[in-house]
Amino acid sequence: MTPRERLAAITFVAALRERRYSRAVSDLLWARWMMGTSLAFHIVFAAIGVAMPLFMVLAEWRWRRSGSDVHLELAKRWAKGTAILFAVGAVSGTVISFELGLLWPRFMEFAGPIIGMPFSLEGFAFFTEAIFLGIYLYGWDRVSPRVHLASGVVVAVSGAASAFFVTLANAWMNHPAGFALVNGVAADVDPIAAMFPPGWAHEVVHVVISCYVATGFAVAGIHAWALRREPGNAFHRAALGVALGVGGVAALLQPLSGDFSARQLAVTQPVKLAALEGHFHTERGAPLRIGGLPDVDAAETRWAIEIPAGLSLLAFHDPGAEVKGLLEFPRDRWPLVVPVHLAFQLMVGLGTALAAVSLAFFWLAWRGRTGTPLLGRRFLTVVALASPLGFVALEAGWMVTELGRQPYSVWGVQRTSEAVTPVPGLALPFWIFTAIYVFLGVMVVVLLRRQIAHAPGGGDAPASVVVSGGRT
Amino acid sequence: MSAADLLGAVTLAAVVFYALLGGADFGGGIWDLFASGPRAKEQRALIERAIGPIWEANHVWLILAVVVLFTGFPRAFAAVSIALFVPLVALLVGIVLRGAAFTFRLYDGRDPVQRAWGAVFSMSSVLAPLALGTAVGALASGRLRFESGVPAGGFMAWLAPFPIAIGLFATALFAYVAATYLAVEAHGALRDDFRRRGIIAGVAVFAAAALALALAHGHAPLIFAALTGRGWALPFHAATGVAAIVAFYALSTRRVRLARAAAVAQTALIIAGWGASQYPYLVVPDLTLANASAPARTQELLLWALGAGALLLFPCLYLLFRIFKGDRPFAIVDGAPRRGAR
Repeated sequence: MTPRERLAAITFVAALRERRYSRAVSDLLWARWMMGTSLAFHIVFAAIGVAMPLFMVLAEWRWRRSGSDVHLELAKRWAKGTAILFAVGAVSGTVISFELGLLWPRFMEFAGPIIGMPFSLEGFAFFTEAIFLGIYLYGWDRVSPRVHLASGVVVAVSGAASAFFVTLANAWMNHPAGFALVNGVAADVDPIAAMFPPGWAHEVVHVVISCYVATGFAVAGIHAWALRREPGNAFHRAALGVALGVGGVAALLQPLSGDFSARQLAVTQPVKLAALEGHFHTERGAPLRIGGLPDVDAAETRWAIEIPAGLSLLAFHDPGAEVKGLLEFPRDRWPLVVPVHLAFQLMVGLGTALAAVSLAFFWLAWRGRTGTPLLGRRFLTVVALASPLGFVALEAGWMVTELGRQPYSVWGVQRTSEAVTPVPGLALPFWIFTAIYVFLGVMVVVLLRRQIAHAPGGGDAPASVVVSGGRT
Repeated sequence: MSAADLLGAVTLAAVVFYALLGGADFGGGIWDLFASGPRAKEQRALIERAIGPIWEANHVWLILAVVVLFTGFPRAFAAVSIALFVPLVALLVGIVLRGAAFTFRLYDGRDPVQRAWGAVFSMSSVLAPLALGTAVGALASGRLRFESGVPAGGFMAWLAPFPIAIGLFATALFAYVAATYLAVEAHGALRDDFRRRGIIAGVAVFAAAALALALAHGHAPLIFAALTGRGWALPFHAATGVAAIVAFYALSTRRVRLARAAAVAQTALIIAGWGASQYPYLVVPDLTLANASAPARTQELLLWALGAGALLLFPCLYLLFRIFKGDRPFAIVDGAPRRGAR
């Protein structure tokens, strides 16, 4: 081989390696996009599946107690909506349970035995939820009133239990526990300790509450919009009362849970907290930055409103406390600082706005008792505009925790790039599932619009009887 | 019996339940596709009524099997997810479209919309069992080989005659059990429609089984050897055969509840026979129950969790079927026809 040929051969091999490398990188990205899209889609239906049964049961309970037909109609309509949304949630959740293996086989191989417990318990919660939802939806005239209402309660409780168990698994990914790492292999596995890793409580509470906030505001917004057109409609008023009542209480609790989370994070995942806050330099009396755009290369966050000592105060309840900055950690352990910071700001901003709307609602409702008209047109507009914000905040919060954990799939233990499947050509399944999700999303909106468009309660028209199971 | 063996048995049981319940829901979708004759509309309405309240609960058996697999046998779960990526994605597409289309059709009364969703519902009901059966056939075929966790035969090794024959077999089997269930739930001429369909599907099951066995000789030698050679094999085949004959006899003599019970027994025996002939392999021939196992502590805890879960689950399931499938949801003998019960 002449030197020239050898050089050509080396260049060729290098080019091949490069290509294989870039293919691997792009497949990792497609895998992340696919998982992210599936979760972003599923999480909406999952959250609705947690909260909607509670609304539906509350409406039925009020009907059983007071005999108000509007609430019966409401329970039946909401049950139909729940049926549609739950079905999409169930099938998209199935996709996720398979995708964990299809996209991240090494993650599941490593983590399966450690965090299988919450997943199996979630399986049983899902079983009870599906069984009793079937009884609730199709059993209006087949079971006694008490059994029917109790079935609804079981659905609501097991829905919350599902969210509880699944979030435990995510909490473990953020703060792995319950095993020892020996030569890259998990030893001394203790599934019970892994089920309750440090910080599990704050994440679980935050996620479960977020389901009620997001769903409550989404539902309330739809009925507020309808009320703007038809101010006297008793059906929409009842709906708004239940949805905003639950959603409002949840929205007021959420900042407390967020504070609890931030304090946990400061101890368990300081680099994530630093990224959330766009906080680069370790300092005492660290300021709280509102908004702003982190510049990773210059190691500073520009154009933020700074509240002196605010971060120290929030993270440690001590204005003089030291908060570790990003520069404290090696660069390859930083999450994607800019998107994480922005998503966090978005979540907190929207959460605060929703808490303010809730305060206004409870104030107006309390004042309404003394005789003034309940909710004015202006307030209804605000509620209608706030309709999607809970879900935007929920998605942003999910991005905070997932992007904030990168580059790891299991924090500090397994990198996402180590977890990914060797299967090539992941772009194709990504586009297939994305197309399906877009299509399903559009269909769900169309269907729900049809359900809402024919809402009763506008005065003289008698509430039409809705036969169980959706056939009229 | 080790914890791994016990857990393997539980997984197999979950698969049996999934086939008998979730599988039958897919079977209903298949009969939606083949609805024909003067009562096509009634056939579809019966299928919809039969599946409606229970399909979501029935579907959870699959989730349970997946969870037990990745918790108890993580190596096998990872290997299967890599080697069977393509059929599993196809299965997922089928599952998503089936569930969504069924629900959308139910809640949108407009005729053209119903027809469109009906088509999606019935076609995805064929795709899912085909993909699932193919994946199961590939596990048994011995074609999925692994070298340090990576499939040695590439990502399309599952694409072979034997796995596809199992895919067809599963599709026929699901249609067969569904027809016997629907025959119990139907009355009059509609019952005869599904009795006839049950017999046709039974013949298809037999043909697909014969094809699979013939192919197994060359393409799944280990399974073939177990099915023909092991000590338990002969009584097992005899029992399955008796169940099949009873089912045919009962279908043709209008003893629909007996036919249903026999078809259930036949299906359970077939799946149990597959599991027994494959024992102790999870993926023939590289992954066994033992070498794919999670740590013993995990497996023991999982068994306890599953036991406790079962105590909760079975009464709830009984309640569900008791409410929607009449007074004696699982009876074998046909009682006096009860008017008003669907």
